[in-house]
Amino acid sequence: MEGAQKQDKMFLIIYSGDLDRALSAFSLALAAISLGMAVTMVFTMWGLNIVRRPDAKPEGSGLRKLIARLNRGGARRLQLSRLNMMGLGTALMNRTMRRSGLPTVADMIPLAKQMGVKYIACTTPMGLMGLTEKDFVPEVDTFVGAATYLLEAKEAALTYFI
Amino acid sequence: MTTAAADETLDCVGLYCPMPVVQTAQKLKGMALGQVLEIIADDPGAKSDIPAWCQATGNEFLGLAEDGKELKLYVRKAG
Repeated sequence: MEGAQKQDKMFLIIYSGDLDRALSAFSLALAAISLGMAVTMVFTMWGLNIVRRPDAKPEGSGLRKLIARLNRGGARRLQLSRLNMMGLGTALMNRTMRRSGLPTVADMIPLAKQMGVKYIACTTPMGLMGLTEKDFVPEVDTFVGAATYLLEAKEAALTYFI
Repeated sequence: MTTAAADETLDCVGLYCPMPVVQTAQKLKGMALGQVLEIIADDPGAKSDIPAWCQATGNEFLGLAEDGKELKLYVRKAG
């Protein structure tokens, strides 16, 4: 595996908080890291919900508090981007996946981390949603803005916006 | 290639892409150079995933044995 070549890099910007998109993002990340690529995942905007502690209590009052109530997070609360049908479609999809033995997003977060995927949370939407570092799962260890992480994206062979 | 010739076996039955290659990568990390891993899978995707993984990581793909829906793939650690 070691060679004179530079290791290929994959850079994923996870903007969406949809269940199906998150599943796809993690599947790609896991496949890439298994192939020996370096993988970085940046969670931004609704993507922050994926790596948020389900019991996170955002700071703020008034409108921020309302947004927090409407936008509860956690990997187990994600909904389908289509056919959600007020949660019914999502419940059916979750059941089908469980029966097929497919790993959940909650399963894949620690697995990808253990295999070497880097996790970054984007600070601007964090501020917008009243979230701070303590509100995220332990796998996320870097909190920076786009001006910082895009420098890394520049070097990647593969960059995707999910 | 037979089961008897493999040094280790990895059961991936019921797992879909990317889990077979994820587990193969992890398993091979703990094996020595030259050792052979037998992967048992029923995901048809594994037929192309495992050889592709071998090519990408510099490991040797030794062959495939199909028994109905059950696939047995053999990989030698070389990289």
